[in-house]
Amino acid sequence: MALIVDHNKALSTSPLKISAPLGAALAFMGMKGCLPMFHGSQGCTAFALVMMVRHFREAIPLQTTAMNEISTILGGMDQVEQGLLNIAKRAKPEIIGLISTALTETRGEDMAGDVKMIRARNKELHDIAVVDVSAPDFSGSLETGWGKAVTAMIRQLAPAPGNQAKLNRVNLLPGCHLTPGDVEALKDIIADFGLECVVLPDLSDSLDGHVPDSYTPTTLGGTSVSQLRELGRSRLTIAIGEHMRIAAKTLEEKTGVPFVLLDRVTGLEAVDRLMVSLSTVAGVPVPARQRRARSQLVDAMLDGHFYFGGRHVAIAGEPSLVWTYGKLVADMGGIVAAAVTTQAQPLLAELSAERVIVGDFEDLEDQILEAGGCDLIIANSNARQVSARHGIPLFRAGFPVFDRLGAAHLVSAGYRGTRDLITQLGNILMERPGHAHSEHDHDHKAAAAG
Amino acid sequence: MLKHKIQELMNEPGCATNQAKSDKERKKGCGKSLVPGAAAGGCAFDGAKIALQPITDVVHLVHGPIACEGNSWDGRNSWSTGSDLYRRGFTTDMTNLDIVNGGEKKLYRAIKQAIARYNPAAVFVYQTCVGSLIGDDVEAVCRAATERLGTPVVPVNAPGFAGSKNLGNRLGGEALFEHVIGTVEPDDVGPTDINILGEYNVAGELDQFRPLLARLGIRLRASITGDARYREVAACHTARANMVLCSQALITLARKMKETWGIPYFEGSFYGISDTSEALRNIARMLVERGADPSLTERTEALIAEEEAKAWARLEQYKPRLAGKKVLLYTGGVKSWSVIQALQEVGMEVVGSSVRKATEADKKKALERLGGDEEKLADAITPKDMYAMFKDGRADMMLSGGRSQFVALKARTPWIDINQERHHGFAAYDGMVALVREIDLSINNPIWAQVRAPAPWEQE
Repeated sequence: MALIVDHNKALSTSPLKISAPLGAALAFMGMKGCLPMFHGSQGCTAFALVMMVRHFREAIPLQTTAMNEISTILGGMDQVEQGLLNIAKRAKPEIIGLISTALTETRGEDMAGDVKMIRARNKELHDIAVVDVSAPDFSGSLETGWGKAVTAMIRQLAPAPGNQAKLNRVNLLPGCHLTPGDVEALKDIIADFGLECVVLPDLSDSLDGHVPDSYTPTTLGGTSVSQLRELGRSRLTIAIGEHMRIAAKTLEEKTGVPFVLLDRVTGLEAVDRLMVSLSTVAGVPVPARQRRARSQLVDAMLDGHFYFGGRHVAIAGEPSLVWTYGKLVADMGGIVAAAVTTQAQPLLAELSAERVIVGDFEDLEDQILEAGGCDLIIANSNARQVSARHGIPLFRAGFPVFDRLGAAHLVSAGYRGTRDLITQLGNILMERPGHAHSEHDHDHKAAAAG
Repeated sequence: MLKHKIQELMNEPGCATNQAKSDKERKKGCGKSLVPGAAAGGCAFDGAKIALQPITDVVHLVHGPIACEGNSWDGRNSWSTGSDLYRRGFTTDMTNLDIVNGGEKKLYRAIKQAIARYNPAAVFVYQTCVGSLIGDDVEAVCRAATERLGTPVVPVNAPGFAGSKNLGNRLGGEALFEHVIGTVEPDDVGPTDINILGEYNVAGELDQFRPLLARLGIRLRASITGDARYREVAACHTARANMVLCSQALITLARKMKETWGIPYFEGSFYGISDTSEALRNIARMLVERGADPSLTERTEALIAEEEAKAWARLEQYKPRLAGKKVLLYTGGVKSWSVIQALQEVGMEVVGSSVRKATEADKKKALERLGGDEEKLADAITPKDMYAMFKDGRADMMLSGGRSQFVALKARTPWIDINQERHHGFAAYDGMVALVREIDLSINNPIWAQVRAPAPWEQE
C-alpha cells in the first residue's frame, strides 16, 4: 500500500505533467478524417502539435482559433466560427474536435452554446460532426483530457438504444497510455476470439506510422463517425485504464451496452482477466494462439525474474502508466523505489511502494536520491536529464518519447506485449549489475539461470 | 503598457522591411493577422522564450497553467558550454485555485524557492495569457523579489495572445534592454569586443564562427543569447560593435543599444560562404572605425581568403554527387540567397525558395541568384502543392523546418532540417560544408531506391 502525497508546490521544476487539451487532441487523432482545433492562442496549438510530431514522427493535424488580445476581451465566438468554416473549406473533415484551453476557460466562454448557434447558421457545417470538449489546462493532465474527449464524443455522437440488432462485436475504449502498437495488439487478440470491434479512439489506424498514397490534411485513419453511431450494437465495452471509467459509464448509460473496466492489460493476471472477458462475451474458449502466448509469457517470467528480483526501479508518468509499469515491476519481484505521477488517482494507493508523489522530475530525482539510487528509471524522454546526471538507465515509456525511434510501436499489452516488455526491461537490468546489488550475487543467479 | 510597446516594436525605424513600406502600410504594423483555422506557428510567449531561454545560468520561470511550459520544456536545441540550468523547466503550474485567488503570492514563493535551491544568476519570469487575464502584476512581483531576495528577477511580458512568435522575440529583446543590459560594469573592456544579437547556438553553431573571431583577436562579449551567461549579457553595453543576425527579431534592441550606448550595428549572416566573409569584413571595419588596430582589416582579408579557398576546395568532392539535383528551399529564418549560392556552386538546381520572412533586399538578391525567375520565389507553398512537387519529380529534395518534413518524407523524398530543431550546425565556412555533406548523405542514401520501388505484387 502506498501513501499518495501531493505537496502542492508553488514551483514545479522540470514538469512531468502534460496539459489536458493535448490529451484531448490526441484522442481526436484516432478519429478518421478529423482535424481538431484548440480554442486558445496559437501557441497552445503550436506546443501541442510540436510535441506530438516529435513523439510520433508523423504530421499532426491540429488547428487554432488564434485568440488575440481583442478577442480575449470581447469573446471568441467569431474566432470559433471563422475557424470552423476555414477548416471545413480547406480540409473537408468528417469530424472536428473543438477543445477549450485555459485561456478561454478563464474567460468563461460558452463553447457548447456558441457551437450550436454557429452550426445552425452555417450550412457548410451540417455534414461535419463538431464535438466540443471542455478541457482547461488548469485541471487534470494528459489522461484527463483524453478521457474528456472520448466522453464528449460518446455523449454527442453515440446513439440512444434503438432497435438495431446486436452484432458479434465489442467496443474497446483504450486509455491514452496505450500506444498504437498496443491497440493493434488488442485488436488482434479480439479478432482471435472471432469478435469484431470498434475502437474509440483508434490510434493504431492513424498514428501507426504508415505511408499513404496521397496527401491528406486531416488524420490519416482512425474510427469513423459512422462507426461511432453503431457503438450501441456491441455486446460489451472493454475500457482500459481507470481514466476511461467515466467514458465507459457514459456509453453504458447512453446505449445500454454494459462495460468491464480493466485497470491494465499488462502482466499475466491482468491479461488473464481480459481473456476471460472476451471468452465469455464471444462464447468460445480462449483460442490456442493465446494459450501458447500465455505459456511463452510464463516462460519469460521464469527466465526473467532473476534480473528483477530485489532491483530498484523508479517510475514517473500519468497514473495509468505508473500503475501498469509499477504493477509489472512488483509482479516480477522488483521494488518500486520511487513513483511520481501527475494527479492523486486513488487506485495508486494499492501500488506496492512506500509513497506515490504527485509532482515533477525534481521530485523523482529527490526520491531516487533518498532511496540511495536505483537500477532503472521508467519514464518519458523528459527524464533524460535525471538519468544522465545520475548514470541510471532510462527506459522510455509514456508521452512524449522524442529521442528514440518507434514510440508508437512499443507494445506492453497482452501476453506477447508483456513477454517482450519483460525481455526489454530484463535486458537493461541484466547489463547493469545494479547499484545496491553485489556483483557476485548477480553472477551467481545468472549462472544458475544459464 | 504592453499595447504601447507592441506598437513601438511594430514601427521599427531600423527595420528595412518597415522602411520600405508606405505610410499607410506601416500603420498597420508588421504582425500578420492570424486566421482562425488556418494559422501556423508559435505565440508571443514562445517567441520570447526562444529569444531568452538560451541564457544558460538563469532560472526561466513560466507563470501560467501547465501547457505553456509542461508541453514545451527542453524541446529546443540551444547548446551550452557551461551551466545546464536553462534546460530545466520551471513553472507555477497555475490551477483553478490560483485563477480564483490570483497567482501573485504563488509566483513570489516560486521565485524564492528557485533561488534557494538553484542559486541562479537571475530569474526570468514569463507572463502568459492566463496570468495576464486575471491581472497578476508580474512586474511588481519581480520588483519586490529583486529587492528582497537580492537576485535579479526579470519580468518578460509577452503573453501568448499578444501576437506572433516574431513579436515575442522582440518583446524578449525589450526585457533585456529594460532590465538586464547595462546593469553590470565589467573591468576588462577591450577595443575588439563585439556582441552578436539573434544567435541562439542551435546545435552548437557558435563554435563554427567563434574560433574565427578568436583568430582575429576579436572577443565575443556576449552572444544574445546563445550559450550566454547572465553577467555577459548584463555587461554587453560595453562592446564596440553589434552584429544582428535574424534581423527582424532583435533589430529594435540593436537600435536602442546604439541610441543609448553608441554601439554601431550591422545586419549580417553566418549562413553561406560569401555571407560569412561579408560579416567578418563588416565586423573588422566597424572595430577599426572605433579605434581598433587597423591591421585587423588586413588580417581579416587574409583569413577570409584562406577559409574561403579551403571551403570551396572541400565542397569540390560533392560536385559530381550533387550535380543537377533539384532542391526546394523552404525556410523563413535562414537567409536564403546566401545558401542558394552555395548550393548552386556545387551544381545543384534551386527550384524554389520561400521568402516568407525575408526583407525586400534579400528577396532581390535571391531573385538575382535564381536568374530572375519570380516563379521560383514563393511566399508560402501549401502542403498539397509541395507534395505534388515531389510526386511529379519537380524537386529531388527539400531543406526546411520540422513542420513540413512529413510532406517530403511521405512523398518518399529526402529532407533536411535547417530550422531551430536541427541537429547539425550549418554556420560559417565549416557549417556550409557540413550542410552540403548532409545533403549528400541524404540524397544519395540507398533507401530512396528501395522505398520508392513498388511491392512485387504492385508491379505491372
